[in-house]
Amino acid sequence: MGLLSDPNRRRALIGLLTRLNAPIWGMPVDWLVKTMQSRGLEVFTQRFSRRLPFPDEDKERYMVKGTNVYGILRAPRAPRTEALVLSAPCTAGDHNNQAVGLLLGLAQYFRNQVYWAKDIIFLVNEHDLIGMQAWLEGYHHTNTTGMDWSPLQGRGGSIQAALSLELSSDVVTSLDLVLEGLNGQLPNLDLANLFYAFCQKIGVLCTTQGKLQRNDWDSVSGYSHAVQTMMLMAMKQASGRPWGDHGLFLRYHIEAATIKGINSFRQYKTDATTVGRLLEGMYRKLNNLLERLHQSYFFYLMSSLSHFVSIGYYMPAFGLLGVILLLRALDLWVQLASPPPRTEDGVVDADPGVLSVLTPLVISHLTGAALYTLPIHFQEMAVEHFPVSETEAVVLTAIAVYTAGLALPHNTNRLLTGQGTEQGWKVLKLVAVLYLAVLLGCTALINFSLGFILALTLVPVAAFVTPNVPKVLSAFVLVVLSPACTLLFSVFFFQELQEMPVSFLDGWMLYLSVISQGILDHALYGSLVYPLVALLVYPCWLLFWNILFWK
Amino acid sequence: MKILGLLSLLATHLSANSVNIEENAGQFFSSGHTNNWAVLVCTSRFWFNYRHVANTLSVYRSVKRLGIPDSHIVLMLADDMACNHRNPKPATVFSHKNMELNVYGDDVEVDYRGYEVTVENFLRVLTGRLPPSTPRSKRLLSDDRSNILIYLTGHGGNGFLKFQDSEEISNVELADAFQQMWQKRRYNELLFIIDTCQGASMYERFYSPNLMALASSQVGEDSLSHQPDLAIGVHLMDRYTFYLLEFLEDIHPASKSNMNDLFKVCPKSQCVSTPGHRTDLFLRDPGSALITDFFGSVRKVEITMETVNLTDPIEQVEQNFVNEDLQKESYSYVDQLPVSEIIHQTLAGEDAPGSIVAVGGNGLVMPPVFHFYFTVTRHDVATRQEEPD
Repeated sequence: MGLLSDPNRRRALIGLLTRLNAPIWGMPVDWLVKTMQSRGLEVFTQRFSRRLPFPDEDKERYMVKGTNVYGILRAPRAPRTEALVLSAPCTAGDHNNQAVGLLLGLAQYFRNQVYWAKDIIFLVNEHDLIGMQAWLEGYHHTNTTGMDWSPLQGRGGSIQAALSLELSSDVVTSLDLVLEGLNGQLPNLDLANLFYAFCQKIGVLCTTQGKLQRNDWDSVSGYSHAVQTMMLMAMKQASGRPWGDHGLFLRYHIEAATIKGINSFRQYKTDATTVGRLLEGMYRKLNNLLERLHQSYFFYLMSSLSHFVSIGYYMPAFGLLGVILLLRALDLWVQLASPPPRTEDGVVDADPGVLSVLTPLVISHLTGAALYTLPIHFQEMAVEHFPVSETEAVVLTAIAVYTAGLALPHNTNRLLTGQGTEQGWKVLKLVAVLYLAVLLGCTALINFSLGFILALTLVPVAAFVTPNVPKVLSAFVLVVLSPACTLLFSVFFFQELQEMPVSFLDGWMLYLSVISQGILDHALYGSLVYPLVALLVYPCWLLFWNILFWK
Repeated sequence: MKILGLLSLLATHLSANSVNIEENAGQFFSSGHTNNWAVLVCTSRFWFNYRHVANTLSVYRSVKRLGIPDSHIVLMLADDMACNHRNPKPATVFSHKNMELNVYGDDVEVDYRGYEVTVENFLRVLTGRLPPSTPRSKRLLSDDRSNILIYLTGHGGNGFLKFQDSEEISNVELADAFQQMWQKRRYNELLFIIDTCQGASMYERFYSPNLMALASSQVGEDSLSHQPDLAIGVHLMDRYTFYLLEFLEDIHPASKSNMNDLFKVCPKSQCVSTPGHRTDLFLRDPGSALITDFFGSVRKVEITMETVNLTDPIEQVEQNFVNEDLQKESYSYVDQLPVSEIIHQTLAGEDAPGSIVAVGGNGLVMPPVFHFYFTVTRHDVATRQEEPD
């Protein structure tokens, strides 16, 4: 019992996969429609088009057009109230050429079974995430990102769970599970546990973050391996981008994960039939579910597929960092409440009041707004004047605005009243510290890794910066720990963790592409990392920069 | 010549059998019941509770096989497993893996189905307080000569049984329902079997006479399921009912196994939990109560292979059948509901045989704490001669 115990079906599947081994030029929409219909599914297509804010390296043009093809397998006896999704992104080239074949083979097998209680939707989306976003928006009748798509002709009920496949070769040595989604959202841990349990049952090697499971948890190397895996997951989560097509489902409260097939140099290889059996088992399990997966954790960090750290354990670590800020705020409040010391000539310093604090705040936020809007708006002007492509123009404008903000304190100090007072900077610091505490707290709730990484770098400087510390050294430290440099170091560290260290120049190019990707993600899918950093974290950091250069 | 020889052989055989027949006659009236009813309830719904439906259907199957007709069985199933969308073998419910035994079959008659299985309906069935429009198949039309088998299965806890994932019946409610049944003379003897977690807690509070109870696990223990079927994907049966079914497959309508054999079903080595039983409220010795007293509907029919001469020998036999002390009396109907007599009768000084014991002997012996049960005097039992059906 099970997929492809029939040798004829096995041969048919392998034939299908070999046929698809050649690179696909664009997406063969008509062929897909015909094939899915011949397998007994109800097939529909959706056209979408999207104007990019700036052309990225892959597309090299402003307009992205595509077609999604999906076939619905109706449950033979059940009412059409619930659905499951199996998707395979279809891109030109070798990247994911086997997944569609496996999907079609599974569709044929599933069609012959009577035990489906939910509709199964087999989705082949074009242009990866853009196509997936168009399909999801069409399915749920929302339009959050301003994309242009044709409405869906066929629907299947509310989606309970989804799996996305990425297979580049017809034999795999291991399967990698990708969980991180948009804005650091994760699917329910039960989905990961389900996958791992099935892998063990069938005997397929499975990994998370591309790292193998180890058994020696007590030894130092085993522990460091686990820490590395967890840090990889934290960095992926902090980036806020969906690391697989599944990442966009999570926003609609649909538990989803991506399964990637990895073909590395290993003796024991698993063929597509076994992967198909694994997927069949997972779909039968999801079919038996009576409600959405909600029993296990939604907030966790996995150090391996069998060990994880839940929110109850990692939040106190963040809480302790936040307490530093609150204590500093308390200290400042007490200092401000006590009467000011009289100066020698008996002149009492004028109470600066709240208004003087307002000026640096407004100016910092205006700078942040500039960082958010200017790069995209002035890309044509930049391209005219400098010999760079649009993507580079956007990124370099962003860096330029960021660096220009560093020059602010010297200019804005002239506008401030109450300058030169002890009270002035203390009030500003009090406001800044509380602002940072609230900001980091809210960020950590939504995307813990992002909040934690920002807290690690910003809290120490926020606590200790005053106008009285040595200027050059603390200026250097402040710049090094600013969000931009944190990102730069994270890029190098990320590559290091993945055991693919890069040279400085490559790392710099990677850094630029990360910034451009962040801006693009925000425009396309609503990722919150770029606006958060530009509009809130950067102004907050500028306030501390102001305090450092207070006169 | 041959006929004479045969007749003499017959006569000697009959006289030899007459002692045997008297014993049989004695046995016929030992239980005091004339009809059998069964109330079989499965209280849980959802696909993963497949095993509870399979439990109930296998007891239903045994009970039907041993003679109780559908009109005397009230079958309550809270969910429909055979036609569930997830059933890879539609219209079947299996109790053994590899699909050996389909307990759903062709002639299952479910009386209460789906959302009709509620605590209220269950209690109304037991006490008989149903609206006049209720069809006969949904009623428990028992009288005071009925032996009733009540089988409950589902998810339970300490003192309660869960119905349909939304409500519960407590052991106090159940005990009170049985007391109502006793006061309304709705049963002669009642066998209560429950297969849930902590099932022994459900019979702790019984206080009406002529009740015998069996449970699959003690308080604090879980009743476990038996085996999953990999093709269907769920567990098919609970352990206790699985071994109960195996035990019952050996019982045929003429078998003489008694309740003591039933208590030995599924010891701890097989069941993992410790089954328990309770016999202190039962007025007869459990060893004298046959399995078929409750599980089967045994007619008072003696099948003989000899030809019987319908003259003198018959009268002889007839004389032996009837109890001696009642021959001369004229018969009269017993007062239908002598409630006042029953309520105000006090303890007659008889000690109930047996106590609550646990098979497996883990030291759990509860002292009988019930002082307030009724005894039924002998003349009430033996006056009725008809067999209402």
